[in-house]
Amino acid sequence: MTTAVLNSVLLLASLGLIAAVVLYAVSKKFYVYENPLIAEVEDLLPGANCAGCGLPGCKAFAEKLVNTEDIADLFCPVGGNEVMKLVSEKLGKVVAEKEPTIAVLRCQGSCDVRPKTSEFQGPKSCAISAMIYGGETDCQYGCLGYGDCVEVCKFDAMYVDKVLGIPVIISEKCTSCGACVSACPKGIIEMRPKNKRDLKIYVGCLNEDKGGIAKKACALACIGCSKCEEICPKGAVTMHNNLAYIDPVFCTLCRKCVDICPTHSIVETNFPPKKEKVAEKTEAKLTLEKSKIDA
Amino acid sequence: MLKTFPKGGIHLVDNKLSAGEEIKRLPVPKVVYVPISQHIGIPAEIIVAVKDKVEIGQIIAKSGGYISSNIHSPVAGTVTKLDKIIDSSGYKQQCIVIRTDEKNIANFEEITYPLKKEIDLNPQEIIQRISDSGIVGLGGATFPSHVKLHLKEDEKIEYLLINGIECEPYLTSDHRLMLEKAEEILVGIDIILFALHINKAIIGIENNKKDAIELFKQLAINKENIQVTALEVKYPQGGEKQLIKALLNREVPKNGLPKNVGAVVHNVGTVFAIYEAVQHNKPLIERVVTVTGKKLEHPSNFWVKIGTPISDLINEAGGIEEGVGKIINGGPMMGRALKNTEVPVTKGTSGILMISAEETSRKEVYNCLRCGECIEACPMGLEPFLLMNYAEKGLFESAVKEAVLTCVECGSCSYVCPSNRPLLEYIRYGKINAIKLEKAKK
Repeated sequence: MTTAVLNSVLLLASLGLIAAVVLYAVSKKFYVYENPLIAEVEDLLPGANCAGCGLPGCKAFAEKLVNTEDIADLFCPVGGNEVMKLVSEKLGKVVAEKEPTIAVLRCQGSCDVRPKTSEFQGPKSCAISAMIYGGETDCQYGCLGYGDCVEVCKFDAMYVDKVLGIPVIISEKCTSCGACVSACPKGIIEMRPKNKRDLKIYVGCLNEDKGGIAKKACALACIGCSKCEEICPKGAVTMHNNLAYIDPVFCTLCRKCVDICPTHSIVETNFPPKKEKVAEKTEAKLTLEKSKIDA
Repeated sequence: MLKTFPKGGIHLVDNKLSAGEEIKRLPVPKVVYVPISQHIGIPAEIIVAVKDKVEIGQIIAKSGGYISSNIHSPVAGTVTKLDKIIDSSGYKQQCIVIRTDEKNIANFEEITYPLKKEIDLNPQEIIQRISDSGIVGLGGATFPSHVKLHLKEDEKIEYLLINGIECEPYLTSDHRLMLEKAEEILVGIDIILFALHINKAIIGIENNKKDAIELFKQLAINKENIQVTALEVKYPQGGEKQLIKALLNREVPKNGLPKNVGAVVHNVGTVFAIYEAVQHNKPLIERVVTVTGKKLEHPSNFWVKIGTPISDLINEAGGIEEGVGKIINGGPMMGRALKNTEVPVTKGTSGILMISAEETSRKEVYNCLRCGECIEACPMGLEPFLLMNYAEKGLFESAVKEAVLTCVECGSCSYVCPSNRPLLEYIRYGKINAIKLEKAKK
């Protein structure tokens, strides 16, 4: 009885020993040298593997950072300047500094302002729908609402609002990795500078149709009236194909365009509510203008 | 045993409701909307301005390149707008809007040309005339016809194949044209044979059009160069590659053209348009359109001016009846549902089909069973379930390896799938992205 136990223990132990020797020899023989810096740099990165840098995952990005001489054109949008600074300290290389950006949805065409004129019965995918036709509403530029962008977001920073029928971006969670930008077949999502306290002003519309047609399709459409272009003191607004665009580089967030837009298609976010005085002023101005027109 | 193509294909109920209806002329519309991109290739360039007066058959948009086509004014009238309107692609496209001049009698005269058999032009002039007249493939693909006739020195053609298949259910425009314009079509065939310097033509007609087969056999009885072949009824026999396989038992190589196996294929509608262009110098400004539907009062075939709003055709055929689910531009298999009825008729519109909501509504989609029905149905020998998976996951390079680009988009796979999977939509999506990928590589 005891010999049987002893035999098996000895046998297994010797087998284990042989295997250990073989494994050791193989690992020595086929050892692949990897720069330890790569692992260290990878630890600094956010580890989201979102491919926002253009490379497949953080490991690949770390390798590129370590192995490339000039890394000025490499940037991790998720980690932002903080992480890039740490990388720079670690590697002693110069890194780019970028203004933090955030994704904005340049369409306000929710169900209540943009009536449906047809029904799409095919697969619930924006890519497929966009391939077949201009969408269920009369606006062929706007959001289709099937949420291809939500599907690719790795940070849960988006959801399709069931009542509105269009995606909502949660600013706190958005890392500006850009996955949604490339997933959207209509090119509605734009990366814009985050600014202080996430203050943003942008045109929430991409409709290039003429005013009347655009307005009929969606109550909040840009009708290309150029009022914002005229009022902008910094020349940040440009008109192209019946559509206004606010260049974030020149915009000083003065909000003059927001007030003047007749269709409310210019969106402002996170601004404190206006002081009453200002509101009164604009109201007075409006009534003044109105009386002028009447006269 | 009738000939057909061996691989895949499906048998459909043909529902040719309007086969017995003579082609009627649709009243001239008050306004026509002529899109500048009615063909495959580069859109035509507009050469008229607002307020210009135009005559019937005047060029209003000039061919934008080699694979492109001229566009002629279908009516005499005034250009009122250059606007973007929704066409059958579902997107807004540039259109020339012309208001018909109601005082101009040219609009309302019905010109009937006498049959003219002698060919006055030489082959080069014929091809030039076809190109000038804006003729494109009228079977639905709208490929500019002159390109098919233009041969390089090392290219040799043996056969001209005439496509009188019309394998899509419901559509009867080619069938009626064959019955009513048979002699003209035969002259048209002679013209193309002359232009190609060959002397063998085969007309392929599916066996559900027995009257057309009989008629052509009778008329071609003394013509040694024209052969009429009846084919088994099977979808998608009207596809160029399937037709070549059925008639000549030759296989067009992957990514190849019919030229590679010594054949050129033209639709009967195109042949008739070529006859009119070459013999009577009439550009392509009208075509036959079938308007049909099971509950429609008068399923009909019409001669329609290009640019006529589809609502005009529907009204003429008895109006939209209750319970219509979709109005389709084309046949039920390859056609596209229209967004509204203001969409104009283009060179590629072969039919307008009204189909009930029950027949078209999508059924619940289940998981793939790996039953292989789609593989058996595919006439190109592809694996549709696999291509769909690749497209869904964005693996376009793998899709290219599995020959997604050879897909003819016939829809047989979606038709037979017991799990109601949207195979064709995803394959088409994969195909579009695969083309982009291939272009980027170059």
